[in-house]
Amino acid sequence: MKNRTFFWFILPSLVTMMLFIALPIGSVFIQSLHIEHTTVLKEVKNCGPFGCKLEMQVDVDATSQLKKDRPLGKFNGFGTYKNRNHLAVSELSTAWTNSPTFGVFLSEAYNLPFYRALAFTLTYTFLVTPLVVMLGFCIALAVNSLPKRIKGPTIFVSLLPMIVTPLIGSLILFWMIDSEGILGASLQWIFEDPSLSLKASPTLTWAMLIVYGVWHSAPFAFIIFYAGLQTVPAETIEAAMIDGASRWERTRYVILPHLVPLIVFIALIQLMDNFRVFEPIVGFSAQASATSLSWIIFNDLAGGEGSFFGSAGATSVLTILGVAVLLIPVLFRTWRDFKGKVV
Amino acid sequence: MSELIHRRPKSLNIVIWVFVLCWVVAAGFPFLWTMWGSFKVQGDFFSKADWTYAISGVRTQIETGGAFTGDGYFGAWVTKSFWTAALNTMIVVISVVVISLTLGTLGGYALARSGKKYAFYLLMLALVFRAMPHITLVSGYLLPFFEWNIWGHLPTAIIVMVAINQPFTLWMLHSFFLNIPKDLDESAMVDGCTRFQAFRRVIVPVMWPGVITTGLFSFLLAYNDFTVTATLLGQSSQTMVPKIASFLGTTQTEGNVMFAVAAVVSATAPLFILVMFFQRQIVSGLTAGAVKG
Repeated sequence: MKNRTFFWFILPSLVTMMLFIALPIGSVFIQSLHIEHTTVLKEVKNCGPFGCKLEMQVDVDATSQLKKDRPLGKFNGFGTYKNRNHLAVSELSTAWTNSPTFGVFLSEAYNLPFYRALAFTLTYTFLVTPLVVMLGFCIALAVNSLPKRIKGPTIFVSLLPMIVTPLIGSLILFWMIDSEGILGASLQWIFEDPSLSLKASPTLTWAMLIVYGVWHSAPFAFIIFYAGLQTVPAETIEAAMIDGASRWERTRYVILPHLVPLIVFIALIQLMDNFRVFEPIVGFSAQASATSLSWIIFNDLAGGEGSFFGSAGATSVLTILGVAVLLIPVLFRTWRDFKGKVV
Repeated sequence: MSELIHRRPKSLNIVIWVFVLCWVVAAGFPFLWTMWGSFKVQGDFFSKADWTYAISGVRTQIETGGAFTGDGYFGAWVTKSFWTAALNTMIVVISVVVISLTLGTLGGYALARSGKKYAFYLLMLALVFRAMPHITLVSGYLLPFFEWNIWGHLPTAIIVMVAINQPFTLWMLHSFFLNIPKDLDESAMVDGCTRFQAFRRVIVPVMWPGVITTGLFSFLLAYNDFTVTATLLGQSSQTMVPKIASFLGTTQTEGNVMFAVAAVVSATAPLFILVMFFQRQIVSGLTAGAVKG
């Protein structure tokens, strides 16, 4: 295809991506270097029956004028990155010198909002991803050995947790697991503890969110493994059987190696998607015991106390750096697959 | 494979059946339960006394006189005007799907037919864009959108979602177009068509299976979005998902939770129908990128 024709074909798509994906990444960085204006104060003489005194007052006009002239705020350099709500450099170094053990240091760090969110985000990402791969693989193996008539309906039901809106899916589970809902009440009955509430305990809240994450993403892994199982060559399996391989050995040494590329694919996609975990925290109202990087950005923007663009920008830049790290293997793999191949 | 099935020991068969049954219950039961509960009153669905009330509907009998009630649905759709949110969602979703597919088919076709190095770099760039968490992009939009006074309007949210959707759409359509033989449009060009005419007259008629599959995923992205719609739309132009989230803020009053439950069930229904009719396309779309690539 000629370069000119290519250009006109790709132009509309490219323009939208540049305007609404590439530019915002740049603007987020610029925002992160600025901070909200402080209010302008002026000195006023306040005279009453007991004489006059000088008072500081908020100059409303000047403040709004300043906000209007420079909506970005004032330049702050990397100050926002270093403050307590983000990387908390000084807090960390004091904690490092003052903490007797590494454990104390970690719990000090966990009290800082950014590291708290990072801890949950990483735990969620690196627990949900392998669990999704394992559960998806088991479901695929099991469904693959069902009689043909039952496969269709089973796949239909299996797709539901993935297809449903994440916020709605987490709400549905949340209502069931509520201490007045069916699951919550059953758990209280099983453990004979009428005060048991999943919402009250941070550990149980984390567990609940992780269970939701696995429930939501397992169908994706299942479908891909299921399709992969259809491509396992029958001759290889038969040859293994003739050689006396047991069922377990066939699964372990024939089927599993055949599916390795799919495992890598699912794991990479899941790492990227789980790193942005956000909706379940809103759905489960779990912010008291679990926050994620995406959630603190959202809270900065629409948390009800006004919007803190500088703070949201700094967290966004740090999140993008995290994504970049996760992205390197994906890019590497795609690069290798496509190299030499005609695009 | 059929002979393998006969040779499976009985104990293994039982394990497989029990496992599949557990998974199917885990995947499907929550939806069934919530749908059933949406026709009850709060005292039954969230029963302080006994969870079996949700099945028998004891409080529902007392409060409304029947075993089932549509109060939740009436409250959500009429009193809380959920219908405007549903209408907004419809506008947003249809526009996003149509625009993304239009831009995506043009771009995906060009990427599939270019054969140049830069096409590959563009695809890599799209992959990078796809990985960006949506909320980080939104935090870049908000301030400029406030400044230009385009915050809170449906078209703004639509174009933003189209853009966020593009990387995925491009990748998917690109791989579909690779499967359409090159000879088809090239022979049309030998016959004197320009590239665009060849695209319109020869490629467009045969591309629909791929476009429908990609469209399904665009639909899901737009329909399921919470991040963009919750931050870029105001009260008056709210779509369904942020509307449901806003019900939760006001759950203190008795019965409001049931509005949210009814709204959740209403918003899930279209997705059920979608999976029912397009199960094959969804499965093939999910596997297209993985198994072939």
